[in-house]
Amino acid sequence: MMTDAFWIMLTGSLVAVTSGLLGCYLILRKMTMVGDAISHAVLPGIAIAFLISGSRNSVPMLIGAAAFGMLCTVLIELFNKKAKLQEDASIGISFTWLFALGVILITYFADKVDLDQDCVLYGDITFINFETWAGVPTAVWLLGSLFVFILGFILIGYKGLYLTTFDPDYAITLGVSVTLWHYLLMGAVSMTTVLSFESVGAILVVAFLIVPGATAYLITHKLKVMLLLAAAIGIIASVGGYYLALLLNASVSGAMVTVLGGLFLIAFCGNLLVSRNKKMLIPEPSAGV
Amino acid sequence: MKTFIDFISLNDPNVLFVVIGMILLGISSATIGTFAFLQKRALTGDAIAHSVLPGVCLSFILFDSRNLWILLGGAFVTGWLSIVCVDVITKRSKLKSDTAIGLVLSVFFGVGILLLTYIQQSGNAAQSGLNNFLFGKAAAMQPDDIKTMGGVSILIIVMVLTFFKEFKVLSFDPAYAQSAGLPVNKLQLLLTTLTVLAVAAGIQAVGVVLMAAMLITPAAAAKYWTNDLRKMILLSVLFAVTGSVIGAYVSYTDNKMPTGPWIVMMISLIAVLSILFAPKKGVVPKYIIRKKYLNKMLRENILKEMYHLEEKNPGKNVFTLSEIVEEREMKNREFKQGFSMLLRNDFVVKHVNGFLLTEAGQAEGKRITRIHRLWEMYLTQQLQIQGDHVHDDAEGIEHIITPEIEQKLIMLLDKPEKDPHEKIIPY
Repeated sequence: MMTDAFWIMLTGSLVAVTSGLLGCYLILRKMTMVGDAISHAVLPGIAIAFLISGSRNSVPMLIGAAAFGMLCTVLIELFNKKAKLQEDASIGISFTWLFALGVILITYFADKVDLDQDCVLYGDITFINFETWAGVPTAVWLLGSLFVFILGFILIGYKGLYLTTFDPDYAITLGVSVTLWHYLLMGAVSMTTVLSFESVGAILVVAFLIVPGATAYLITHKLKVMLLLAAAIGIIASVGGYYLALLLNASVSGAMVTVLGGLFLIAFCGNLLVSRNKKMLIPEPSAGV
Repeated sequence: MKTFIDFISLNDPNVLFVVIGMILLGISSATIGTFAFLQKRALTGDAIAHSVLPGVCLSFILFDSRNLWILLGGAFVTGWLSIVCVDVITKRSKLKSDTAIGLVLSVFFGVGILLLTYIQQSGNAAQSGLNNFLFGKAAAMQPDDIKTMGGVSILIIVMVLTFFKEFKVLSFDPAYAQSAGLPVNKLQLLLTTLTVLAVAAGIQAVGVVLMAAMLITPAAAAKYWTNDLRKMILLSVLFAVTGSVIGAYVSYTDNKMPTGPWIVMMISLIAVLSILFAPKKGVVPKYIIRKKYLNKMLRENILKEMYHLEEKNPGKNVFTLSEIVEEREMKNREFKQGFSMLLRNDFVVKHVNGFLLTEAGQAEGKRITRIHRLWEMYLTQQLQIQGDHVHDDAEGIEHIITPEIEQKLIMLLDKPEKDPHEKIIPY
């Protein structure tokens, strides 16, 4: 029989690794804020799925969330391209609007929708043990399959993702559809967000999406190394975060994000030192010419 | 109806506080948000909003007090710190600003959650109010909150009035502001500080996530109505206040309705309606204007081709539809659309074996042909462009040139008889 601590760390790691891998692509495509927007915008989808199915069943929730995640990206595109609204504002308006809708639905149907506002924002990883199946918590089954699925997506789609991320023009000349890969990636992000959200919450999933990839990006510029590093950072943060939470008797996901932030800080300072040393080695180019 | 009267009369002190508080919040956040919007820093506002949480919790832990000013002080410090972090990360590493914003936002928020849950589980009885910073509790507005918001609003208005010109230049053209000798860094600092203040003061009312909407959505809506900065600020304040009052009313009608989200919902609705229907800049009016222009082009092109047919076949003026379509490559559906418009407007009439131009239609076709050929003359003679390069340009301009410009062209070119392709210019 595995201990609770193990399951919590495993759940955290699964979320961190899955979202960390996807996050690398979001960072390289300069789309991190779209990921942020999606993670907020899935809320009404989850609430509606709850209302219709009347249960915490994952399948309707997944469909609802994916639908609203897509709706959010489409809205951003429409505001940005058709209405010529600048991109940051398009993102800002779309997700706050959908999030407000979600909160309204959850509060209004509070007796029918068994969702806590707190849970929505920062999840509750410590309760994953409620249900088990074959001795393994259902959350682990779920997040494990998500991890396998996303890993498969990245492995099989490696070339397509690589091309459309680094050289969309070249991809077009080769006949690779940039739009298709864009929406595939967004779909993957929506799925990850909704499946992770029960354990880490809607907003903290953003940290898992962005911070591991950003930290890895500071250390390397090779995509493969970046992906591996991001995954490793995610695991370290999950384990470290668990013990920090134990120490403070506080939210596990909050602690995991705090550790992630610490790791980023270390990488950032190291990066600064390295670049300063490099500058000292190379003499400043003389003025003139 | 009774609830409406109760609401509008503001007899209930709770309603009064909520309405006044939300109006003040609308004024301060929409004013400062307009500048954030123009500087394309919409998401920076979001980052600040998330980053005030650890500050609130820290000052609660450090000073063990629920005093609003102490909590807001903490909020101000970390909100401000988050912007510094975003700037440092973007300047000192290869990470782009969007990643930096998302990173700072989520890490600060994560730390905030860690501290908040730490406080909650330590069983301190006074922590109950802290949750308000997370989700907002506009309905529980107290006189103290109103004083804070009033103070912040007045400060922001005074500052914006004092530095209006400077902020304006900074928002529209920072490079020019720099070269004009303005203290750009200090002004930016002031603007950021005011934004952090507005966020810190408003966060209790609408919560972390929706605060970004209070800053950005009214300004985005106002953008579709005007290009003038003064009007834009006034409009965004108007939208924010209207949305706030309607939202407050909706949540007043039903206890289960949350105030903050309804306010954001209403402001977003105003924004979406503005984006769609604002005259001139809205999506629908723009589409209509474009459609009108395309229809005009379509009609004029058909008339021109029929005139060409008359030119090519002297003595013949009745043509079948297929003859007209062949003269110019046109999509069938488009052609039918344009042609039926011409029939309706009596530019073309039906004849036994086909169709012919009416007098008005012929004059119009002649006019377009004339302008087309005059323009080709102008390009070859005055701008020294090769004769085989001028046709496409003339195809576009023929629908735009006014009678006045046409007269000028005729004068300038000395009323030429033939165009560069030796075709007669009809007068």
